[in-house]
Amino acid sequence: MTSTTTVMNSPLTGKSSASPPSFDGARSDSYLTHDRGLASWIFTLDHKRIGIMYLIGVMTAFLVGGVFALLIRTELFFPGRTLMDAQTYNQLFTLHGAIMVFLVIIPGIPAILGNFVLPMQLGAKDVAFPRLNLASFHLWVLGALFLVLSMVLSAADTGWTFYTPYSTTTSTAVIPATFGAFILGFSSIFTGLNFIVSIHKLRPPGMGWYRMPLFLWSLYATAIIQVLATPVLGITLLLLIAERLFQIGIFDPALGGDPVLYEHFFWFYSHPAVYIMIVPAFGVISEIIPAFSRKRIFGYKFIALSSLAIAVLGFFVWGHHMFTSGQSVLAGTLFSALTFLIAIPTAIKVFNWIATMYKGRIHLDTPMLYALAFLWVFTIGGLTGIFLGTMSIDVHLHDTYFVVAHFHYVMMGGSITAFLGGLHYWWPKMFGRTYDEKLARIATGVVFVGLNLTFFPQFILGARGMPRRYYDYLPEFTHLHQLSSVGAFILGAGFVMTAVYLIASLRRPINAAANPWGASTLEWTLPSPPPYYNFHEAPVVTAGPYDGYEDLIYVENLQGYVPRPKDGAEGGSGVPPEKRAEIANTSKPPGVREPGVNADGDQSDSATETQKPGEEA
Amino acid sequence: MSQTIVTPIGANAESEHLDAIHQENPHLAHHYDTPRHQYEAGKLGIWIFLVTEILFFAGLFCAYTIYRTERPEVFNWGHQFLDWRLGGLNTIILLTSSLTAAWAVRCAQIGYRRALIVNIVATIALAFGFLGIKYVEYSHKFHEGLLPGHHFAPSEEAWEIESFRAKHPHAADLAEALEAYQASREKAEKSGKAHHDAKAVEGQIAPVVPSRLRELLRNPEATQPLVDIGAIRNPEVEPQEGLLRPKYAHVFFSIYFFMTGLHGIHVIAGIIVWIWLLRRTIAGHFGPKFFGPIDFGALYWHLVDLIWIFLFPLLYLVS
Amino acid sequence: MITYLLLADALPKSPQSSTFWLPKAGSLSAGQFDWLYDFLAILSIVSVVGVAVAMLYLVVKYRARSRVANEIADKTPDHNTTLELTWSIIPLFIVMAIFVWGFKGYLDLRTPPKDALEVNVTGQKWNWSFTYSNGMSDNALHVPVNTPVRLLLTSVDVIHSLYIPAFRIKMDAVPGRYTEMWFQSTEAGEYSIFCAEYCGAGHSRMLSRVVVHEPGGYENWLSEQQKKMNSLPLPELGAQLYQKQGCKTCHSIDGSRLVGPSWKGLFGRKETMSDGTVIDVDANYIRESIAEPQKRIVMGFAPAMPTYQGKLTDRELTALIEYIKTLK
Repeated sequence: MTSTTTVMNSPLTGKSSASPPSFDGARSDSYLTHDRGLASWIFTLDHKRIGIMYLIGVMTAFLVGGVFALLIRTELFFPGRTLMDAQTYNQLFTLHGAIMVFLVIIPGIPAILGNFVLPMQLGAKDVAFPRLNLASFHLWVLGALFLVLSMVLSAADTGWTFYTPYSTTTSTAVIPATFGAFILGFSSIFTGLNFIVSIHKLRPPGMGWYRMPLFLWSLYATAIIQVLATPVLGITLLLLIAERLFQIGIFDPALGGDPVLYEHFFWFYSHPAVYIMIVPAFGVISEIIPAFSRKRIFGYKFIALSSLAIAVLGFFVWGHHMFTSGQSVLAGTLFSALTFLIAIPTAIKVFNWIATMYKGRIHLDTPMLYALAFLWVFTIGGLTGIFLGTMSIDVHLHDTYFVVAHFHYVMMGGSITAFLGGLHYWWPKMFGRTYDEKLARIATGVVFVGLNLTFFPQFILGARGMPRRYYDYLPEFTHLHQLSSVGAFILGAGFVMTAVYLIASLRRPINAAANPWGASTLEWTLPSPPPYYNFHEAPVVTAGPYDGYEDLIYVENLQGYVPRPKDGAEGGSGVPPEKRAEIANTSKPPGVREPGVNADGDQSDSATETQKPGEEA
Repeated sequence: MSQTIVTPIGANAESEHLDAIHQENPHLAHHYDTPRHQYEAGKLGIWIFLVTEILFFAGLFCAYTIYRTERPEVFNWGHQFLDWRLGGLNTIILLTSSLTAAWAVRCAQIGYRRALIVNIVATIALAFGFLGIKYVEYSHKFHEGLLPGHHFAPSEEAWEIESFRAKHPHAADLAEALEAYQASREKAEKSGKAHHDAKAVEGQIAPVVPSRLRELLRNPEATQPLVDIGAIRNPEVEPQEGLLRPKYAHVFFSIYFFMTGLHGIHVIAGIIVWIWLLRRTIAGHFGPKFFGPIDFGALYWHLVDLIWIFLFPLLYLVS
Repeated sequence: MITYLLLADALPKSPQSSTFWLPKAGSLSAGQFDWLYDFLAILSIVSVVGVAVAMLYLVVKYRARSRVANEIADKTPDHNTTLELTWSIIPLFIVMAIFVWGFKGYLDLRTPPKDALEVNVTGQKWNWSFTYSNGMSDNALHVPVNTPVRLLLTSVDVIHSLYIPAFRIKMDAVPGRYTEMWFQSTEAGEYSIFCAEYCGAGHSRMLSRVVVHEPGGYENWLSEQQKKMNSLPLPELGAQLYQKQGCKTCHSIDGSRLVGPSWKGLFGRKETMSDGTVIDVDANYIRESIAEPQKRIVMGFAPAMPTYQGKLTDRELTALIEYIKTLK
């Protein structure tokens, strides 16, 4: 749709006539154009720009990891050697795992969508610690460079789990890879820290905990895991590096160490890590389903608190990765029992989402299609987790393709699907442009088909006894592998399609409405794309995050929603006209000082009557 | 009403630029409403960071606990090479530096700039003192070959250490006798006169040497750190006042260097933070209206101190 | 190609028929396992179909016409605590039942009968070695049918995992400690053994098989092996050891280079060591390479060979040397 240059997108007035210049100025001077030049991006403190940089970085990593996956699946198309030797294959699956886990999925939704959306959903100007946020991003880049270093030297061949003593004795470049993961851990910790403080301290007036959007609840729960679990991975990897460099004797039995201790330390982080991967995805789905059903979410409190329950319980189940390690029966029993408990809050979410759709008015735009795909694929992934949590069943299925299928269903079918849904949902807000909806729906279908075709046969392979991380396999497994490999290429094609139409959308002129989907959280009150400062003043919140869909109406020539006009007043939300003018004029960027005032402001002891320590604000 | 229908507060035609609070407080970031708001956020942030540091070290304390439970002889033997007086001195140094750090926060709060500078400088000086003593300890270890893993090549036995001789003179003599016995046995074996001479020597010291030790001496492998996978998890040396070097002796020094080294890195990071705070103090940034960074830096420093207070007894005061 | 040949040698002789999901069950534990697995599979299929049907039904029934129509959703309650508790507590009972069932099965798997037949298993890169009560080793696991067998596992280098899909059992072989597992096979035949813990380049060819003998067959086999060991001419014994002790995983006999140097033409050859010295490959060097393989390594090869110290009798060592002499 073509846009007129002076269309005002203010949700406050709903008028589509000429706007006061200041507001229109805000729209054409968005966060994307406010400052120019590479340095203004690399040193930015704007959470939205940081989110975009993460998007570019993470998608690049996803491409590299994805190419590795296709190489792996090509090699596995036939038994025996197809493309490469065993050593190269082992390095490929190691780097595929390390890239996907540490560079893509763990940062994934929090770093990209969370960074972009969280402050806006809080009505805030930025996250609590913008410099720390930038540091998180640069640490991500540094960690990525170390992984690249490993690939360039002689890529690690240990599997992304780095089990000892193989990882302490192999001759490949394990130290760059583990050091890279160590640095990425800090990137994750700082993001989590930032989000926790932001949610505690930057909520707007009127937004108590139970008026927060569920995406924020999920980011909060994820942040708790990031902050508490990741340091343990950090120390584990440092110990591993020290073992390789100095043979300290902690994990290698030849030197007096214990390899099973490594497993405990590693999984103490890595199990909560999988909840870092999936809980934000739950949050995205909780945003999409109410908006696209035009109906308040069902069971808000249960969904919110179940994220916290999953985060907490997730710390006590790491041993379910170790049922066959020689771990005691007692330990295994405790771990298994708690693992089953986690199934309950997860199931609660799925039921609540479906109940939300009941008697709603459902719009099947791309974000909703991804959310529906998520429900199918995540249910399969989650239920197969039950198989693996059952002790006697896990003995057969551990370290087989069944596990590979399970975690790809939840990671690819869960996290990535939700990520794509969220990306399509917030894309107009992020870039002010809409994408081609028809192409998007087709690509969603291709991704869905590819996903299922790649990974479902792997359940069968695993149950039939095909172990994982196998370069070669017995001929009886050939047909299932071939199905899976074909699926992988279809999946890849779907992703390529998605990238193409999304990038193509950036060449359109700005045409997106402030609120194309009629959602009711705060970010949709801002223009698309938003000004660099988000809100001039914190909005006062008087309703819940999924309230009042009936108060928004769709305006066709805007291709977006505006507040429903009350009787009499032409546009507006019941705010009197003279007040409206004031409000319209206040959306000006801060930071403009009167000439003559010293910006540094020397501190003198004869302080003005501002806050003294100890006083309430 | 949905959240999208909002009433912004403070909407006012004159506020074309930063409001008064932000103008009066140049260190107040644009996304915080008041200095107290910013301070509270910073406080929560530093506490969360400290929790992550505690978890980071917790992994090491966990490894320590597991190793000490499984192989107590390694710790009984190894701690003797550490000088508890130097460690104690370092403890006092760090505790004092925590005092000057806390004092610095108070100075910043009440605006005593000169006292603030003095306290920060004192903290930095004490921190360097800590590192200095660490350097002395580390160089001693390097000199004596008490290093982790493959580099472990001790130049003296436990009973040759002065402090050990002073505490257990009888045991030290015993150990020397044992060493002599072992040497003469090996010599006898080489020259072929094995049993006769060895029995004679054994007869001489039998009343003095506990039979268990004699058993061990007959089996020299028990006192050499060999790589023998089949014998793992069967500690062959009972703690005998930490006399004979146990099989996995090097693990003690691995743990010692890793834990104190990581702690030392945190001390260095703390020094860098204090130097940065000193520069900002000299530039006049801090006072009653703005002292968050000093407060948060001091909190970090207290944690560094606290970690040492746990490390010291665990490594130096093994009894 | 070589890999395939190596694989073919380790493949079980009897066909591996399977149901759709699972391999043919060959043991008591497999039978128990399959009941629980089938239950879980049915439960999962029902749940997934249920979710899908609910979703599709709702999407079809409540699909909005267009955004312009501004349809408003029906007013329905946005929470229902009773419903939440119901759909929490019922699944809780179901998963608790599954947990107990799985726990019981696992406890059985970890509790070998007192009188079980013992076999020692050693994993190494990339070969399984089974040592029987008479001291004999083989690289296949021979057991009598309908008899409980207890395996004591360990590894000499990295973590491996012994996996017998037909028996639904698996246990890690961890260096520096012993782990155990047991089974009782219910049907004679041969079943695949895989390594299920990644251990390097040869992980996927670390194959073996369980040979379950008919009653009486196991004892016969044992005594035959013993006789062969004692009476076999040395070069033939050496050839057998080449197979059974896993030498073939890393040393070829046709001249091709694998992980280690080929044995073809090895005896009497001049080899350059990694430190530059040139030696003649004689009986002493071969003995040393078997007992202390890291001591002197041929230039260009990795120090990857594990030691066989204590695993081969003197006669066996001599047999290997004689065998190598025959490989011109």
